[in-house]
Amino acid sequence: MKSRRDFLKSGGALVVGFSLRGVISAQDHSGAVAGPPDAKQIDTWLAIHSDNTATVYIGFAELGQGNSTALLQVAAEELDLDMSQIKTVRLDTNITPNQGGTYSSASIQRGGPQVRTAAAEARAALLKMAAPKLNAPVEQLNVNKGIVAVNGSPNSRVSYGELIGDKQFHLAFAGTVPVKSPAEYKLVGKSVPRKDMPAKVAGEYVYMQHMRVEGMLHGRVVRPRGQGAYGDGAKILTLDESSIRDIPGARVLRKGDFLGVVAPKEWDAVRAAQKLKATWDIKPTLPGNQALYQRMRSGEAEDRVVTNRGDVAAALASAAHTVSLNSTCPYQMHACFGPNCALADVKPDSALLMCSTQDVYGTRGGVARVLGLPLNKVRVQYQDGAGTYGHSCYDDVAQAAALLSQLAGAPVRLQFMRWDEHGWDNYGPAHVGEVKAGADASGKIVAYEYQGWHHNWANVETSEQLGLSKQAAEWATGAAQMVSQNCGGMYDIANFRLVNHKIPGLLYLKGAWLRSPLDLSFSFTSEQAIDQLAYELGMDPYEFRQHNIKDPRWLGVLDAAAKAARWTPRKAASDLSKASVVTGRGIGIGTHLASYGGAVAEIEVNKDTGRVVAKHLYGAIDAGQVVNPGNVEAQIGGQLVQAASRMFKEEVKFNTTNVTSLDWASYPILRFDESPEVTAVVVQRLNERSSGAGEEVMAACAAAIGNAFFDATGVRMHEYPMTPARVLAALKYA
Amino acid sequence: MAIELKIRVNEKSWSVDAAPETPLLYVLINDLSLKGPRFGCGLAQCGSCSVLVNGVETRSCITPVSAVAGKSVTTLEGLPEWYAAQKKLAKSPALHPVQQAMIDEQALQCGYCFNGMIVKASELLSKNAKPTDAQIRSAMNGHLCRCGTYPRIIAAVKRASQAMTGGVQ
Repeated sequence: MKSRRDFLKSGGALVVGFSLRGVISAQDHSGAVAGPPDAKQIDTWLAIHSDNTATVYIGFAELGQGNSTALLQVAAEELDLDMSQIKTVRLDTNITPNQGGTYSSASIQRGGPQVRTAAAEARAALLKMAAPKLNAPVEQLNVNKGIVAVNGSPNSRVSYGELIGDKQFHLAFAGTVPVKSPAEYKLVGKSVPRKDMPAKVAGEYVYMQHMRVEGMLHGRVVRPRGQGAYGDGAKILTLDESSIRDIPGARVLRKGDFLGVVAPKEWDAVRAAQKLKATWDIKPTLPGNQALYQRMRSGEAEDRVVTNRGDVAAALASAAHTVSLNSTCPYQMHACFGPNCALADVKPDSALLMCSTQDVYGTRGGVARVLGLPLNKVRVQYQDGAGTYGHSCYDDVAQAAALLSQLAGAPVRLQFMRWDEHGWDNYGPAHVGEVKAGADASGKIVAYEYQGWHHNWANVETSEQLGLSKQAAEWATGAAQMVSQNCGGMYDIANFRLVNHKIPGLLYLKGAWLRSPLDLSFSFTSEQAIDQLAYELGMDPYEFRQHNIKDPRWLGVLDAAAKAARWTPRKAASDLSKASVVTGRGIGIGTHLASYGGAVAEIEVNKDTGRVVAKHLYGAIDAGQVVNPGNVEAQIGGQLVQAASRMFKEEVKFNTTNVTSLDWASYPILRFDESPEVTAVVVQRLNERSSGAGEEVMAACAAAIGNAFFDATGVRMHEYPMTPARVLAALKYA
Repeated sequence: MAIELKIRVNEKSWSVDAAPETPLLYVLINDLSLKGPRFGCGLAQCGSCSVLVNGVETRSCITPVSAVAGKSVTTLEGLPEWYAAQKKLAKSPALHPVQQAMIDEQALQCGYCFNGMIVKASELLSKNAKPTDAQIRSAMNGHLCRCGTYPRIIAAVKRASQAMTGGVQ
């Protein structure tokens, strides 16, 4: 336990261990104890220092969502510390506990209870230590800012730091000490400002992209511009190493079809990667944008009935009103704003790896595999990069850096170029959805069926595929079973059927979860069908939904969004205008997994140019107990803008051989000129279990935008992004 | 070939050993160890590498280091001093008003694009102390944010404008 103790003494200096110039010692991984540390020990979760501050070890990555601040609030609450007395460290497989990956908006949902209970147990242990020192029973002690005092005798006191400062608790984490009730909260439920912002605005914050080690080389990968079919990995046909001979110190590194360059100076590595002459065998096996949906819908698929209740066919046949609605939804990319970056120091028998992974333990497995090292010889440290919004290229870049360092025999810092990040992402899969729904004459939905087609997440990274000739493979779970709650599950419907059609993905693009995976597609399809039913019935779409929802929490977010937007009852598309520029409003609900999201969109459509702009978006989230409402409001605002970007702008373009969306010109995203106003509403439920808030209003927003378009024009959009060309076509053929 | 170049960054003179065509960004990051400007696209499309060159927002990822010889480069780190010099303040503040306003609005999420956002907004306010909403959107339109923080950035620019023109401090 040497490294752990040293770490405690230094109060975090080992992990954060870079000097002012961001240089760390390349020796940090030698002799370190491989993690994860024992989650059943309190010392794994927190340490109290002599200066009466605490370090909390959190197994979740700060991705810009503010979870590091919120989880510290949870810990400070139970420990009775204030926020200035508590900090955390970046994730490290040798230091921080394994709480699983930072995805599915799970930091607060899954991590909150663990951190809360560990902090409560530590506080109980500290009170037990204080009691004999203060000659008072534990029941008569109180704590304020880490100072334990005897009730009524404020001068009889001792600090946490004096009780245990920088020593270990050596205490099993039993999980049995009671935690505070919400009525006692002083910090939880408050909008504490984010701790990372001052350093970020000052240019002092250390991102992954700033990390350097002594003696390192700069690396770049060399790949075809834009990936081809996932199952048909590119093969090197010819390679002319002499083509970069004039670049000082530049070296070509190759393992199988994995190709890269390194150089002492970064610009030389960039130049070498661009100049290196290589030709590739690339197979024209992708469908291209043109044939994508036709191939998805007509090819083979593994069909699975996810839910089947009642008799949908019979109920549809006897329904007073029925609707049928199909839609096609594109591949979209994470488009990490700062291309992924990793720094690897690979020795013959061990490796240290830094990158911006959402799952240090998962990344460790992949890196160990490509290096041929045992798991316990690989140490992965998380360093914040730009937001990832799901499984962007962080595992791929980590494996690539590891391979380059192994081949170079030196530490290598690898940053993807923009075309690498855009062209070799794990894209959010395309989707084809078909809904049938029916209502009785009173406006009650009596039947609903959703059928969805998509392929699964990729399981093998490009670097491993190229370097080790590993066959592409998809997850067994994941998107395979995604057709879910967002497909009508929030409504009270007696006859209900969901069918998932899993397409084999090897002749498509490499897929992965992208923030609120597939949910925008599901809701864009499903909620437009629900809206259309309301229209057929001549009902206001908000009132129609209220009429068909029983769950008070779904009603809560629906009402919150409608109230924020000052919704007044009116049938959709009942106020159509002949003007060139028309406006519309729409409402929708949806979520990702456990929370509840509701949204209203107010948009403007220019019927002459086809340009659609969101003017104001309203979003409400019920995520149970919200630890930091300010953070969640920021998340809602970001989700609304990002959802608008995805509905109006974003589509991965590709032909039969490769992806052609390789930069911000060929993959446009929303800009300032079309940014909506946003209104965020947190539906606070302090007595409910916390659930996710990082992606749960995007689906509702996508639906609201689709419905607003219908309200403005009387025409349904069956595909997105709603580009001017598509809008003009839809209006023309309507 | 690498040669010794003299550049002026944040009111300090630096001597760097680089090929003249090396983009300024790589020199700022690797030779000067600055953390403000950062690589985003290398194509002048996103704005994450922005710096001020003689007070004008410039994409350092496509600007050869030789092109700034004899000019004054200001990075995110140097904005407080740059502001103090502009306003003839006796002492430079800890943060430029735009930086402070970004904190006050809790505008950042991942924060990676905020180097460019803050640099560009500081340039805007140095030329137009009280920009309208449309002027802010237009000036900032070449800077991308993937987290969707545009509404809060607009609010922060307005807040900074007020602070700089004697409104709310």
